[in-house]
Amino acid sequence: MSNGQIIGGLLAPHPPHIVYGENHWRNEPKSECGWEVLRWAYERARKHFLAKKPDVFLVHSPHWQTVIGHHFLGLPEFHGLSVDPIFPNLFRFNYDLKVDVELAELIAEEGRADGLNTKMMRNPNFRVDYGTIVSCHMMNPDWDIPIVGISSNNSPYYFSNEMGQAQMIKLGEATRRAIEKSGRRAILLASNTLSHRHFTTEPEIPEDMSREHVYEHSGYLWDMQVIDLMRKGRTKELIAVLPEFMDHAVSEVKAGSFAWMLSALGFPNYPGEVFGYWTVIGTGNAVVGWDPDLKERATTQGASA
Amino acid sequence: MIQKAFIVAGQPHPLLAPEKNAGWASLRKAYEAVGREIESSGAELILVYSTQWFSVIGHLFQVDPKPKWTLVDQNWYELGEIPYEFRIDPEFGKLYAKICKEHGMQAATVAYHGFPIDTGTVVALKLLNPNNAIPASVVSCNIYAEREETRALGYAARAAIEAYGKKTIVIAVTNLSNRYEVADIDPAHDRISSQKDDEWNRKILEMFGEGRLEDVGQVARDFAREANADMGFKAIWWLGAVMGESNKYDGKVWDYQPVWGTGSAIVELTPNPRKQIEWEKEFDEGPVMQFAETGTGLETHNVLAEAPDVHRASELSSHEDVIRTERAAKPVGPYPHARRVGDLLFLSGIGPRKAGTNEIPEGIEEQTRACIANIKAILEEAGSSLERILDITVFLTDMQRDFARFNKAYAETFGTIQPTRTTVGVDSLPTPIDIEMKVIASA
Repeated sequence: MSNGQIIGGLLAPHPPHIVYGENHWRNEPKSECGWEVLRWAYERARKHFLAKKPDVFLVHSPHWQTVIGHHFLGLPEFHGLSVDPIFPNLFRFNYDLKVDVELAELIAEEGRADGLNTKMMRNPNFRVDYGTIVSCHMMNPDWDIPIVGISSNNSPYYFSNEMGQAQMIKLGEATRRAIEKSGRRAILLASNTLSHRHFTTEPEIPEDMSREHVYEHSGYLWDMQVIDLMRKGRTKELIAVLPEFMDHAVSEVKAGSFAWMLSALGFPNYPGEVFGYWTVIGTGNAVVGWDPDLKERATTQGASA
Repeated sequence: MIQKAFIVAGQPHPLLAPEKNAGWASLRKAYEAVGREIESSGAELILVYSTQWFSVIGHLFQVDPKPKWTLVDQNWYELGEIPYEFRIDPEFGKLYAKICKEHGMQAATVAYHGFPIDTGTVVALKLLNPNNAIPASVVSCNIYAEREETRALGYAARAAIEAYGKKTIVIAVTNLSNRYEVADIDPAHDRISSQKDDEWNRKILEMFGEGRLEDVGQVARDFAREANADMGFKAIWWLGAVMGESNKYDGKVWDYQPVWGTGSAIVELTPNPRKQIEWEKEFDEGPVMQFAETGTGLETHNVLAEAPDVHRASELSSHEDVIRTERAAKPVGPYPHARRVGDLLFLSGIGPRKAGTNEIPEGIEEQTRACIANIKAILEEAGSSLERILDITVFLTDMQRDFARFNKAYAETFGTIQPTRTTVGVDSLPTPIDIEMKVIASA
């Protein structure tokens, strides 16, 4: 099989609050409302990307943290209860997902051929992390399209941002080659928040939106700077500033998901479509999509380069 | 009621794969020996703080009485699964959370089916308390909490343990140096990630072996910077506060081994209040428990909201030689009313503020009598009396104006008791009082 292609990529942050705000039947806690700007952003992104009839979503999640290399969900199905260890009051989600194991194995092989350490996780009792679940759920709440779940390697936390990012660029290239070989129409989900400084307190009503705002102005300025580069399609400049962004805004892109996606997309030189930006307990979250079909519309939206 | 503390590593290798590496097997053996010691100690509660249970919103406290699951570690799943069912003491967790809240900290209990108990806690409880003979309580590690907040969390634990009244073993689950091998290695050849990390680990363990917990807490930041210590080594700040922030422990390093490049040790610390410290490091901090956390994001994170509430802090100390009483005015700083050393009582400088109201009487005569009333209450709390006072140092802010009238009021009580006395004039005292007395008495 060949002629597979990446038909889109989405910066798809995973705060569990947005699932909580939706009151989906799969999630046990119930809310009044909350974080609509992001939820509506996901709705628009979902409408656009699902219309492209993808065969598979690939998701790279910071909340599946691995020490030795890059791991892939390696069984056709996983089901169970995912309880967020940080926000268990908001997220206790009953998941039932299907995995495109064949594509996952292809990526793992391509990565190995390129010198990366890759592994397949084949324990049926493994609990899928909430980052993977939130990003996938927000894009496809029917869960009727298989996924490829990829872990986040912790190297940047032990060594350097640059070292971690270099690995993610390689993994992105391996992902692209594997998708092309697989014949799949694939959409990539980079499950990263931008600025990532949380409040350390929570309102009595978690969805009290009068309490929601960005944690600090400097984080906001950084978010706007990197979003501006996205909107201008200057992703090679963007990848160059990400290590600094990681340090200055405690950005979750340190986990590598965003660099992986940009690399897999071949560092697009056309603007990303910003579906929405808002904060969740102080962190900056943007839903931004890249799709050649959006190129013209997004270009008119972005500031001139 | 704190019997002992242990520092243990929380990687699953000693539990799941001791046969693959002699060091992992050695850790397993040490773990099991400590477990036997705990089981035979008469302990009624095990309190665990694990660096692998992250929290963001304040701290979380496990109160599910019987959490049950099969843990598949996100990274080490190839080593096998860990089915667990633990016996948790929910009442202690609730009390601990309540005390934290009372002191301005964000705290929440968790009792959710399927809540993912972290690998560090699971490994520690499986190996240290394999039969669930002793109920446990577990508190999270806030990723943002710096030294002050982590110490406050420790002081709150100390208060909760005292209030609960059960013999408690305290466990800090933390690695030392925390740099993993990021490639597959032959487990048989596991070693510390670098010579530098190994040297730092050994230095820290030397201090632990000497029972110098507070000293380790003071150098934790350096250790974290140089050896990437686990979560900034904040577990030691927590443990230090729980244990009373001193170096008066008997230390024992049970084992030190590499686990996939990290430094893993098992350390025992037993309180020894009578330990002679010949060369003590200065302590620059008092107890801390009060925090402002409004959650607006506009405040500096975890700023100390106000001077430590000494009344609250007074509830925390369990030093047998420390004397505090509600019948005397509260101290205006982080110090007790008195301490007992052998047969002697050393009182702090005692002023004339009235117990309960802090009212300062008018005039030097009344202030002198009020000072003596406070001293009397403190001595009686310690089982002594005014008659057993040996020596008094008196501080007057206006010697010329007040000495004669002070002397007259003083004589009303001490004219017959006749302690030695020194009277000095001073520029001022910490509050707008005219007199303070410093006393040494027989216990």
